[in-house]
Amino acid sequence: MVTTAVAGVGRRSLWLVGEMGRMMIFLISTVAWMVRPPFRVMQVLKQIHFIGVKSLFVIVLTGAFTGMVLGLQGYYSLRKFGAEGLLGSAVALSIIRELGPVLSALMVTGRAGSAMTAEIGIMRITEQIDALDTMAVSPMQYLIAPKVLASVLIMPMLCSIFDIIGIYGGYMVGVNLLGVGSGAYISSMESSVEWKDVYGGFLKALSFGVIISWVCTYKGYHTTMSAEGLGTATTEAVVLSSVLILIWDYFITSVLM
Amino acid sequence: MDTEAPSPVIRLIGVEKALGGQPVLKGVNLEIPRGKVTTVIGKSGGGKSVLLKHMIGLLRPDRGQVLVDETDITRLRAHDLNEVRKKFAMLFQGAALFDSLTVLENVAFPLREKTKLRAAEVDRKVLEMLEAVGLTGMGHKFPAELSGGMRKRAGLARALVMGPEIILFDEPTTGLDPLLARTIHDLILETQRRFGFTAVMVSHEIPEIFGISDYVAMLLDGVIAEMAPPEQFQRTRHPGVREFINVGTRPEVVSSGAGRETREL
Repeated sequence: MVTTAVAGVGRRSLWLVGEMGRMMIFLISTVAWMVRPPFRVMQVLKQIHFIGVKSLFVIVLTGAFTGMVLGLQGYYSLRKFGAEGLLGSAVALSIIRELGPVLSALMVTGRAGSAMTAEIGIMRITEQIDALDTMAVSPMQYLIAPKVLASVLIMPMLCSIFDIIGIYGGYMVGVNLLGVGSGAYISSMESSVEWKDVYGGFLKALSFGVIISWVCTYKGYHTTMSAEGLGTATTEAVVLSSVLILIWDYFITSVLM
Repeated sequence: MDTEAPSPVIRLIGVEKALGGQPVLKGVNLEIPRGKVTTVIGKSGGGKSVLLKHMIGLLRPDRGQVLVDETDITRLRAHDLNEVRKKFAMLFQGAALFDSLTVLENVAFPLREKTKLRAAEVDRKVLEMLEAVGLTGMGHKFPAELSGGMRKRAGLARALVMGPEIILFDEPTTGLDPLLARTIHDLILETQRRFGFTAVMVSHEIPEIFGISDYVAMLLDGVIAEMAPPEQFQRTRHPGVREFINVGTRPEVVSSGAGRETREL
């Protein structure tokens, strides 16, 4: 009884260590293929369109409402201290430092990451990946590397769009709806947001881009041969990617602070 | 059938492979003659596709050797393996066409990736191949818009386009009706005669494959139980092989046997 439990824990741990190793090798080999010719410019552009342009709507929507709710919450909290004037600073700092990168990354995981896993998973199940191999075209280079590169390039841009829309959403609620002074909103933001906040947010977005594409392509690439396997892979990809984003966010914040 | 045995282009020596802890291949010895059609038959899930994937290095054996023109591909690094793979093409079970590309782009894919041919030349070759497999005018369609048979034809065109020495066919007629299966078989045979490649086919279409194969091999319990030209193969004394190939002619046996039993009951 006790031995089975211990053996079970041991097996799980071994599997976990093995999986971490496999994921690391996957990432390293992706990067190795990325820097080797031929460079898949068209593939990268297609992925930028798929991950970036097609995520725009959802990024704008979530950005606007996040900013608006921050404006609302911030206003009523700050009013207790008679500091409504600091609303701009409160909204801008929370969005630029934290919510912009994290929420846009979670949105992209849900929209583009899951689709990435499903696409690669289907290619695995229908032997399209094997077909690439037999034609002496590396699937890592043709399929995986462009997705990773595109998502690293596009995440900071999506994040900056989220930031701008979010700050404007806060402005709309705070200034137009609740009557905070427009000048106060802007100037408090101007005086409190530093270059290192913006830079830190971009760094986060960049690293989240790596996490999303890495986890989602890995899970798709190692899909087992069934429809059920594909479903599991997609779920696991979204969950693992989201969890890793939040964990990594804590550590990178503690370093940046 | 020729009396002189052509030199083997692929040789498997003592190939063993376990998948998920289950032994699938248990010491396969097999020689694929050059320029001929060799068909490997065997039970579903018996490791036929696994065997085929060893020949092109998609799977590596746990033990044993796979020699392609006397080069052991089991120990090759990725780059050298890709060199050997230039001799090969493979037609997968579901044809494995790339969903995001049209039929034309699919067939052009190996040319665009692996040769420096000019666009006009690529187009000319692709159209020629589409014609050879009877898909003239279908180039602009996406794989999802094609029927199963057409997809197989497009897959065959993609396999043929680089002029490979060896083409591996993984159950080329699975999921097709008998009439269509025959057309695909005929097409394989016709193109083989025309282009002269070595064909290795995995199938369980008995007795149809006897008509189109130069050699038939049977994979039984993880080893090659029998390999011979079709006429000789059908006269085998091996009980396991007999049982398997007689299934193809079972209707009479079953109906008479079953009839008697019902009467007795």
